[in-house]
Amino acid sequence: MSAVIGHEHDHDHDHAHGHEYHPGGLMRWVKTTNHKDIGTMYLWFSFVMFLTGGFMAMVIRAELFKPGMQIVNPEVFNQMTTLHGLIMVFGAIMPAFVGFANWLIPMQIGAPDMAFPRMNNWSFWLLPPAALLLIISLFVPGGAPGVGWTLYAPLTVQQGMGMDLTIFAVHILGMSSIMGSINIVTTILNLRAPGMTLMKMPLFVWTWLITAYLLIAVMPVFAGAVTMTLTDRHFGTHFFNAAGGGDPVLYQHIFWFFGHPEVYIIAIPAFGVVSQVIPAFSRKPLFGYTSMVYAVASIAILSFLVWAHHMYTTGLPVTAQLYYMYATMLIAVPTGVKVFNWVATMWKGSLTFETPMLFSLGFLFLFTIGGFSGLVLSIVPVDIQLQDTYYVVAHFHYVMVAGALFSAFAGIYFWLPKWTGHMYDETLGKVHFWLSFIFFNMIFFVQHFLGLAGMPRRVPDYAPQFTDFNMISSIGAFGFGLSQLLFLYVVIKTIRSHEPAPQKPWEGADSLEWTHLPTPAPYHSFVTPPTVK
Amino acid sequence: MIKTLFQKIGAGALTMLVPGMLWAQDRAKWNFQEPHTSVAREMYDLHTIVLVICVVICVGVFGAMVYSIVYHRKSIGHKAAHFHENTTVEILWTVIPIFILIGMALPATKSVLAMRDTSSPDMTIKVTGYQWKWGYEYLKGEGDLAGIADGVQLFSVLSTPREQIYGNEPKGENYLLEVDTPLVVPVGKKVRVLLTANDVIHAWWVPAFGVKQDAVPGFIRDSWFKVDKPGIYRGQCAELCGKEHGFMPIVVEVVEPAKFAEWAGKHKTAAAPVASTAAVAAAGGGDGKGTYEKVCSVCHASGVAGAPKFGDKVAWKPRIATGADALHNSALKGKNAMPPKGGMADLPDGDVVAAVDYMMKAAK
Ligand SMILES: [Cu+2]
Ligand SMILES: [Cu+2]
Repeated sequence: MSAVIGHEHDHDHDHAHGHEYHPGGLMRWVKTTNHKDIGTMYLWFSFVMFLTGGFMAMVIRAELFKPGMQIVNPEVFNQMTTLHGLIMVFGAIMPAFVGFANWLIPMQIGAPDMAFPRMNNWSFWLLPPAALLLIISLFVPGGAPGVGWTLYAPLTVQQGMGMDLTIFAVHILGMSSIMGSINIVTTILNLRAPGMTLMKMPLFVWTWLITAYLLIAVMPVFAGAVTMTLTDRHFGTHFFNAAGGGDPVLYQHIFWFFGHPEVYIIAIPAFGVVSQVIPAFSRKPLFGYTSMVYAVASIAILSFLVWAHHMYTTGLPVTAQLYYMYATMLIAVPTGVKVFNWVATMWKGSLTFETPMLFSLGFLFLFTIGGFSGLVLSIVPVDIQLQDTYYVVAHFHYVMVAGALFSAFAGIYFWLPKWTGHMYDETLGKVHFWLSFIFFNMIFFVQHFLGLAGMPRRVPDYAPQFTDFNMISSIGAFGFGLSQLLFLYVVIKTIRSHEPAPQKPWEGADSLEWTHLPTPAPYHSFVTPPTVK
Repeated sequence: MIKTLFQKIGAGALTMLVPGMLWAQDRAKWNFQEPHTSVAREMYDLHTIVLVICVVICVGVFGAMVYSIVYHRKSIGHKAAHFHENTTVEILWTVIPIFILIGMALPATKSVLAMRDTSSPDMTIKVTGYQWKWGYEYLKGEGDLAGIADGVQLFSVLSTPREQIYGNEPKGENYLLEVDTPLVVPVGKKVRVLLTANDVIHAWWVPAFGVKQDAVPGFIRDSWFKVDKPGIYRGQCAELCGKEHGFMPIVVEVVEPAKFAEWAGKHKTAAAPVASTAAVAAAGGGDGKGTYEKVCSVCHASGVAGAPKFGDKVAWKPRIATGADALHNSALKGKNAMPPKGGMADLPDGDVVAAVDYMMKAAK
């Protein structure tokens, strides 16, 4: 159950902070230790990366519009798929949710700021150099790595200097994530307002607590894998080279030990956002709060035990194939619990359909489809046919785009009034939703069929029987890309609007940032902690 | 309000309409390719079962969602209830899925065990992935067909001309799914494949056989297939292996056993020296310049019948990019208008290889 708030402790938030030093202009952003400034920077950074990675997706879809090589050569095509994946995962989606964490965790637990404000500043400012390394890799001799975001050895050993830049970028991104996670864990465990027990925390906070532990556990593993690649490349080691006693498949084991939890690092905060939004617009408390927490925790634990389901075709022993199949299928149980809980939250509610709710429903609908295609892929014999085809591409975009991205949009529309002090344009928000929803399905629904019929992924050219679906997919992609410019317009329009938003624009919202803080939220969230009953 | 809801649903349905129209046009595009081995058929059926179960559950979940969206709206005056848990329901929707999953896992387990049973094959072929072509070697092994094709070795290279890929020529019927020398196997026999790779990881995938197996450099993996019908089956490399990853297809010609024996007999004698073209050249057996002037120059000096002209860098570049082995193979076995060994069947292999090297050098 979400927190019950002691209103008698509601106090005046007009506490102007005479003692603070606010540098102006650019230095404000460079030196800031404020969780809201840092959250804002994370969100803008992630949007810039979203457009960059999106541009690469447009190049990919333009090349695949029809059979034959038209726009780029195969090397550049491979570089685009690699960078699109890396930038979207590490540059766009993850920082977006860290931005949410920064903005919301202190407000939702009744804290003034994050536990380690200076480290917070540093974790953000590590991101731009890392992103720059990725972009620069395009322009060095040999170009960016053309190996896919999974960076499989030994193909990585053949690449040019762009590969080394990518490895360093991964190191820096990893450091940033680990510091951010330590900050989040410490904040949640130590800075909660009196009376806010763990089981009274808003679900968004819970999901981030669990995500932060996942990040701390797996980012070093990924850093290790790419470091082994680096030493194989330059320092004569043979971790992934059979000729020297190594094993190329070892890389995949290490990578996916990180990679599968990574999927949940992206998805779990998305669950958190949706679990805030759906109850607010259903005007009804979240169904099964406790089981939601247990479901998220068990998904997180299971996520360490299923990594080789990405490796069914590598020649695992048959017993391993069976074990990973059973363990993976088991994840469907807690995932199902979550979906059922969300639907039960809506059940007999009093629903309205503002933009945040629309994006959450879009999430619920499409994420469920992505979950089912995941179940299909967990079955070893079926996966043998589908592994490395467009079916897999469709599956993970249902999880990553319709899952994580849609929930990020839901969250942005939901909290934008609190963040900016202004209401966004509801009509344009709805238009943005419907365009995104329709174009998304145009891009990715048909890719299921491409995969079933046998089109491999990561190919710059294809046999003519796949043309129709690829054309639909490409047109959808251009539409989806353009629709996101509308989103940018809506956000800028909101920031520059003069219409003040009320403290609690959403009737059903009940966490501390709505009940206890004015709109826009003050620079320091809670100087005196509220008491939660 | 309800009216706008239906307009929205209509807009959503529109996205489904376009695929719907295509459905009528060609059903084969919507599902797995027609299976031609027992393994592939089990995969096909298993997918159908799982898909149906998923669709049924989807209908239930989305049905509840849509019901709620339509009947529990604030705009029609629905008041929110205040329940937020129900132990019975929660236990039910945890336990029932477990049983459904067990129901899926049982047939899946059976298929996995069948799929991985590579024991007692009729013949064994070693498959090697190269950047960017496939090499096949018929191994001496046990089984019914041992001895028939022992030692036959061939390389399988994409035969779609660059002109088609770059849009200068209309695309052929099997665009990107055709090779110069297909793998040939007998119908109705259990063929075991041993897979490895020379450089990076590739994956050997023929959808109709239900075989997709990574070829890992330095390691041997195995898989098997027993095809039920003669014909030509096509597949592709399924693991990103560098720039030509999209251009290393697999073609398997499945023939009657008698025809296979005949084919094998022909290739056994012809292919033996091919096995070590590089070795022959390295041993210095070949006279490159002399052979070129005697034989190859007839066509390659002036570019007869599409032959790349001697020293023409532009024409040679894409060919050289396919690798020396591929060019040696083409010269030995013929390609497009060129007959094997340029029509001089008694020319030593070493001379042909040397002549190719000589011509490549001149065009670099
Ligand atoms: Cu996974
Ligand atoms: Cu390959």
